[in-house]
Amino acid sequence: MLMTRNPAPRRRRTSLVFGAVGVTALLAAALPELTTAGEAVVAAAASPTTVTIDNFAFAPATLTVTAGTTVTWKNEDDSPHRIGDKNGTFKSAALDTDDTFSHTFAAPGEYPYICTIHPYMVGKIIVKPTGKMSSN
Amino acid sequence: MADRDEKELSGAANMNRRGLLKCMTWAGTGVVWTLSGGVPRTLGLIGGAAAAEAPQGELTFVQISDSHIGFHLPPNPDPGATLTEAIEKIKAMPTQPAFLIHTGDISHLSKEEQWDEADQIIKSANKQVFYIPGEHDVADADNGKAYLARYGKSTKGKGWYSFDMAGVHFIGLINVFEFQPGFKSAGLAKIGDEQLEWLEKDVAGRSASTPIVLMAHLPLWTIYEQWGWGTADAGRALGYLKRFGSVTVLNGHIHQIIQKVEGNVTFHTAASTAFPQPAPGAAPAPGPMREVPAAELHKYLGIRTVNYVRGKGAPALIDSTLVA
Repeated sequence: MLMTRNPAPRRRRTSLVFGAVGVTALLAAALPELTTAGEAVVAAAASPTTVTIDNFAFAPATLTVTAGTTVTWKNEDDSPHRIGDKNGTFKSAALDTDDTFSHTFAAPGEYPYICTIHPYMVGKIIVKPTGKMSSN
Repeated sequence: MADRDEKELSGAANMNRRGLLKCMTWAGTGVVWTLSGGVPRTLGLIGGAAAAEAPQGELTFVQISDSHIGFHLPPNPDPGATLTEAIEKIKAMPTQPAFLIHTGDISHLSKEEQWDEADQIIKSANKQVFYIPGEHDVADADNGKAYLARYGKSTKGKGWYSFDMAGVHFIGLINVFEFQPGFKSAGLAKIGDEQLEWLEKDVAGRSASTPIVLMAHLPLWTIYEQWGWGTADAGRALGYLKRFGSVTVLNGHIHQIIQKVEGNVTFHTAASTAFPQPAPGAAPAPGPMREVPAAELHKYLGIRTVNYVRGKGAPALIDSTLVA
C-alpha cells in the first residue's frame, strides 16, 4: 500500500472534466481490439493505470490492466473518498483532496470496488493474465 | 416504509402547498417552528432572542451536526471557526440545554487532531455531549476503531446506545458501518441485523406513551437514492417503534434541513456547522457547495433546539442559522 500526498496545486473543476474526458479518450485509443474471447490486453506499459476521482465518480469506471500492474487512484474531488474492494483485497485510508492510493494487482480477476465513504460510487478493475497478451 | 402519498417537507414552498404549516420562510435569519402532535406550526422568526420565544419545557437539548473539522476548502476553509460560532450561540441561549447531541461527521477524515479540535471547541459549552459517528468518523484504516476507542467506550456493538432523560427515551443508532451488500444497489446505508435485534429488545418493554428520539447520521428515510441518502433497513427499525405515540428522528449527513411527517414519526435532517450540500439532484454530485460566497455561508449553517413539554407528546423543534 502506497500513500502519497501530491503538493501540486489543485486544478479547477472545468479542466478536470476535460481531463477525465482526455483519460477516457486515451484509454479508448490505447486499447487494441479485443479478440472474440476478449482476452487480448494491451501491454501494461502502454495502458493507463490511473483512476481519477472527481464529482463523486471514478474515471474510468472500469479499468483493464495486466497482472502485475500497479493502479493508482487520485482524488481530485473536494470530498474525501476511500477505496475498498468487495473482498477486502485492497483498501485505502480516506483520501483527502489530491491524495493518491496505489495497489499492485498480482492475480488476474475482476475487482469491483466502491468508495466506502460514499458506497454508491462504484468502479471495477479487470486484471488479465500476462500470458494472454499475445495468445493469437 | 415509504408510501407514494407521503410528502416531504423540503423548503417553504412545499410546506405551504401541504397546508400543514405556515412557515416564515428563510429570511436570512432562520425559522422557528413547533411540532405539536406531529403537525408543525410556526412560532416566529429567529433573531438573537429566538430561543426565548420557545415554550419553557421540561427538557431542552441542542442538536449539532456535521462539523467536519479538517475540511479546508471553499466555501469554508475553517470549520473550526463556524463550530465555535455554533457553540457560542448555544452558550448564549436564555434557556440552557440539558445536553448536546452531535449527529456525526465530527471530523472530516477520522484524525485524532481533528477530533481534538472539535472536542476543544465543544467543551466550552460545558455540557454533556452524546455522539454518533458519521461515515467521515469511521474512515480510518481500521474501519472505525479510532472513533470507537475515543467516543464509543460505554456503547454497545459498534457504537450504538440508548438512555433516558426526563421521561424521553433516546436511541443512538449507527448506520455508517454497513451498507447494502453487493455492488448492485445505490449504496444506501444499513443499520444491520445485530443492531436491529438490539433495538427491538431495547424498546420492547417500554410504554407506548414514552416519547422516543432516534438519532442516526444518515437519514432514516430515502431522500435521494442516487446519492445514497437513505437507509435500506430503516423500515424495520421504524416498525419496532410503530406503537409509540411520538417518535422524533434526528439525522445529519445531508447538510440541509429536510423534514417529513409519517404518522407518529417526524423526520428531520439537520444543517451542518461546516458547509452546505446541494438539494437532492440539484447538482451533478453531492459535496460542498463551493460557490457559496463567504458572506452567505452562515445562512446555510445552523443548530437545532429541541424542547419537550411533559404531556405535549411531540417536541418543539427550533432550527436557527449561524447568522449573527
